[in-house]
Amino acid sequence: MSIIDLPVETETADRPESVWSKIRYHLGAHPLGSIGAAIMAVFVFCAVFADFISAYSPTATDATVRLLHPGAGHVLGTDQMGRDIFSRIIYGARISLAVGLGSTLLGSLFGVALGLTSGYVGGWVDLVIQRIIDVLQSVPLLVLALVMAAALGPALDNTIVAISIPLIPYTARVIRSNTLALREQPFVEAARAVGMSEFRIAVRHVLPNTIAPLIVIATAQLGASILTEASLSFLGLGVPEPHPSWGRMLSESAAEYVRTAPWLVIFPGVAISLAVFGTNLFGDALRDILDPRLRD
Amino acid sequence: MTLERCGALWGRAAYFRREARVGTYIIRRFFLMLLTLFGISLLIFTMLRLVPGNIADIVFNAAGMIDVAEKAKLEKELGLDRPIPVQYVEWVSGLARGDLGYSYVSEKPAIDEILPRIPITAKLAGLALLFAVTFGVPLGVISAVKQNTTLDYVLRVISLSGLSLPSFWLGLLILMAFVAYFGAIPIYTNPPKGFWNTLWLFSIPAMAVGFRSSALIMRLTRSSMLEVLRQDYIRTARAKGAPARTVNYRHALRNALLPVVTVIGIEAAFLMGGLIVTETVFNIPGVARFLVEAIRWRDYPIVQNLVMFVAVVAVSINFLIDLLYAVLDPRIRYAS
Repeated sequence: MSIIDLPVETETADRPESVWSKIRYHLGAHPLGSIGAAIMAVFVFCAVFADFISAYSPTATDATVRLLHPGAGHVLGTDQMGRDIFSRIIYGARISLAVGLGSTLLGSLFGVALGLTSGYVGGWVDLVIQRIIDVLQSVPLLVLALVMAAALGPALDNTIVAISIPLIPYTARVIRSNTLALREQPFVEAARAVGMSEFRIAVRHVLPNTIAPLIVIATAQLGASILTEASLSFLGLGVPEPHPSWGRMLSESAAEYVRTAPWLVIFPGVAISLAVFGTNLFGDALRDILDPRLRD
Repeated sequence: MTLERCGALWGRAAYFRREARVGTYIIRRFFLMLLTLFGISLLIFTMLRLVPGNIADIVFNAAGMIDVAEKAKLEKELGLDRPIPVQYVEWVSGLARGDLGYSYVSEKPAIDEILPRIPITAKLAGLALLFAVTFGVPLGVISAVKQNTTLDYVLRVISLSGLSLPSFWLGLLILMAFVAYFGAIPIYTNPPKGFWNTLWLFSIPAMAVGFRSSALIMRLTRSSMLEVLRQDYIRTARAKGAPARTVNYRHALRNALLPVVTVIGIEAAFLMGGLIVTETVFNIPGVARFLVEAIRWRDYPIVQNLVMFVAVVAVSINFLIDLLYAVLDPRIRYAS
């Protein structure tokens, strides 16, 4: 039996070890991660093809169909202004995805720049950047995002910036510690020996080697920033009208309609939870795959 | 001098050197903490001054007044006509004296607005943390010991959903359940009377906040336990024939708890985020909801002092956790 098994094992071991092929290979071995990826795919599909999926405009009000129960016509019912909940949830995916992706990318960009500089240059530059990271990390994420959002004013792009700032220290920490280890590797010395500039070594040789931990932390942050956007919008300091945001749908319905129209409370919450849950499932599988130290 | 005496002297010297090192470590950490707090005060102050238009503009726009002299008078009264660095120095020196300035909205001293609200939030945070630890740690251990069983999968999905549910939605669902079963929602605006009544009323929102933290603690306990269970000394203990319970709970758990302690500390400091939305949902007159109200009203004396307060709590907890870590883990004491 073991003789028959052997070639199969060598074949898998011979697979090219690029990040993407690893992901493809391991998704089959991580059913939960595949479920997460499927949920994320549905979520992205809704965001991209919102115009084709929803029968109603997410912003059109209609006084004749206020607070309809879920049923034929309006699948998930209507809200206090007669807007179709299903359409608002589908279009809300767009807002969540835009804010989630936008703030994660922006936060990663600054985090990578700070972490790479801090780890590669070292010395007093490292000390200064470390203190900045300490400062950003000492204020709870939502509090910092809240104050930033209030300072910048209510707008979609401001919300993205406000959420990206608190994400910076986490990315910077991870990239810095990876850079510190990579800096001592022989290939860096080799690059230096052939006369490569320090900037080129840092960007072309050290940076690509931090991509795996970066993907892991960025996926975790995607879920966190979707949740933060929902919280900000719930508190009325996030994405403003007329954008249909899941968080704001909840805040509009929270106080009055908990008693009379529970569907206004249930469906947007299910949408947020599912999107974040899918992202987290996927992110967990990614971490298991890309970070062998944590693999069980 | 005999060899033993020499050895004893050497040992004493090493002991004192080590103590001195621990001392410098603590002092170094303390000064870093002060530096961080200084940085935070700068950050908050500049962020709040980024906003185009100050409170005077907002008040005037809201009231529809256009009298320039009146506006200048208000700005002078609030100290907004002075240069920003001067305003900053005034704020920080006020902080050092315990003078936090006056709320723009109520015109009462900010400290009288903030202090009475703190116990409410502290009770809620304490209960939430208690809930998180009592569920998180044991379930995490069970999940690790029973790794890759159905129970482990179920616990992992539950903990992951804990990290995915927005706590304000969880709060809303709890309120809906209250409406369904009791026909009314719990009221917090009048402080509840009696210990048991308080405990009962506060444990409801505390669970909504603590679910996330317990999920986080559970995940970390699990991965930390798994890491420890792979160590050589665990295998040695098993090989010696020590019972599974002893190995799991005496050998493994004690070592696995160290990183968990750190996360509990960070969670304690960062519970504020969950408290903000939960206090808003349940209408609890605590300090977290007050922060949101102050932000909405652009009541900057309240906002900057409250955020500073949150940061001081977070940074101090971090500092204490670092000290605790040095006490709990001799490796850190010797290494630094």
